Amino acid sequence: MSVLVYTESEQGHFKKAALEVASYAKAVADQLGTTVTAVSVNATDTSVLGNYGVDKVLHVASDQLNSFNASAYASVIKQAVENENAKVIIVSSSADSKYLAPLLAVGLNAGYASNVVAAPSGTSPFTVKRPAFTNKAFENIQINTEVKIIGVSNNAFGLVETSGSASAEDFSPTIPGFAVKVESVDKATDKVTIADAEIVVSGGRGLKGPENWGMIEELAEVLGAATACSKPVSDLGWRPHGEHVGQTGKPVASNLYIAIGISGAIQHLAGINASKVKVVVNTDPEAPFFKAADYGVVGDAFQVIPELITKLKAFKAQQ
Amino acid sequence: MKILVCISHVPDTTSKINFTEDNTKFDANGVQFVINPYDEFGLTRAMWFKEKQGASIDVINVGGPETEPTLRKALAIGADAAIRVNTVATDAFSVAKQIANVFSNGGYDLVMAGRESIDYNGGMVPGMIAGLTNANFVNSCISLEIDGANATAIREIDGGKETVSTSLPLVIGGQKGLVEESDLRIPNMRGIMMARKKPLTVVEPVNASPETISVSFEKPAPKGAVTLVSPDNLDELINLLHNEAKVI
Repeated sequence: MSVLVYTESEQGHFKKAALEVASYAKAVADQLGTTVTAVSVNATDTSVLGNYGVDKVLHVASDQLNSFNASAYASVIKQAVENENAKVIIVSSSADSKYLAPLLAVGLNAGYASNVVAAPSGTSPFTVKRPAFTNKAFENIQINTEVKIIGVSNNAFGLVETSGSASAEDFSPTIPGFAVKVESVDKATDKVTIADAEIVVSGGRGLKGPENWGMIEELAEVLGAATACSKPVSDLGWRPHGEHVGQTGKPVASNLYIAIGISGAIQHLAGINASKVKVVVNTDPEAPFFKAADYGVVGDAFQVIPELITKLKAFKAQQ
Repeated sequence: MKILVCISHVPDTTSKINFTEDNTKFDANGVQFVINPYDEFGLTRAMWFKEKQGASIDVINVGGPETEPTLRKALAIGADAAIRVNTVATDAFSVAKQIANVFSNGGYDLVMAGRESIDYNGGMVPGMIAGLTNANFVNSCISLEIDGANATAIREIDGGKETVSTSLPLVIGGQKGLVEESDLRIPNMRGIMMARKKPLTVVEPVNASPETISVSFEKPAPKGAVTLVSPDNLDELINLLHNEAKVI
């Protein structure tokens, strides 16, 4: 009756979110006095999961699963849950996990809590905390079903290393036919994604035009950050829609969010409120974003950012 | 093509969020309710299908009579008929079960739902409807084309996008990209007048116990004032981010 965690990988390597959900699963297993079993699909080396509290890995190797398919992956996880008689299943808040989890919940008659930000406050009844009302509040919810699914919000729990080791076991589930077929994938594999990023550097209309995005990208590169933008910037076509963060864009739950030339409309703040530390650079001291920020620089981005890049490079060189 | 569009009745983004009864209930007093923004993208795309390819559009909400003005707004935008499942929306599963029941019995080809609602932000209902009805499902959908019984969709993935092909019946978890925000429609006077004459059917719920219960709410701790750093002293900003915030 172990806690089961789905650990996502990409091109054979575990995502950071996989190690975070493994850490979370370990915390839940400790509360329940049980072990952690991970399901991995096409990962080349599963031993690293032992460092994050996983005791056993069910390793699935299948060319059919090289492309993500929500129904098929939900079916694989369901079979693993039944194999292990697991009662608590942990997934991440990636686009893929949010896609498959509701299907898995129906398949297992399981209550599902998404975007959970902390370890359960209790396991009898099973109660977890999640944001609601677009981060204006938190909801404590009780899951009443025998089987429970928890989706852990990115960067909310963090990585917790342990000194354990994980045994690996081949697992060969039945893979159903695909009713939704992937025709093509358009993805920049060398860039940090907003979903995975610990740091996000975001630009707004204050940057005056797409030709000025070089310094945003350079700052992001120095920090190992993802780049993002405000809604007007994507609407103007300066940056792709995939970088738009805000209420109707992507949610950001990074450790550090740096907003440059963004005034801070309520819809933008709704999308980034889950970020832990916010830095704002804006010429207008009255910009609403300063009320939501932890640190602020009232200044011209065209002077501040190049200097900040120079100083950060020097700082990184010393580390 | 017969389309069912899910319409969630949610507090406007600018609403102050408060709770009553010892922080166990959402306080709707003074709150302006609107169509969930993600659902508006689905409704507008459904209107596009109706106008370009021919389709009928029913909108559905699970909730009490207080949600009817939101359904009437969807009718004013151009939906043909509205359905209100007469029960208090509790958790995602119970809402999905009500909509799945209407979907299964209504001969629909396509369900358009928002990726998530901006009140409880669960992101579960579209997938649960698909799971309950065995319909195909595309989440975080940013483009949808229908050709007969076949569909081609683009969905947003972390760091990019993916094109998929599938068939009807289909459930979509939609978002911006299905249409642009500039294409969203504001009801005009003619639409509002016509909406009054369109059918709004109230149906009784099927049995669906909630799987999860909101036991309490809390607000984030008040935020301290911003620490301003001079643009001439960016070393101090780096120092604060490294030593105080510990994020670099």
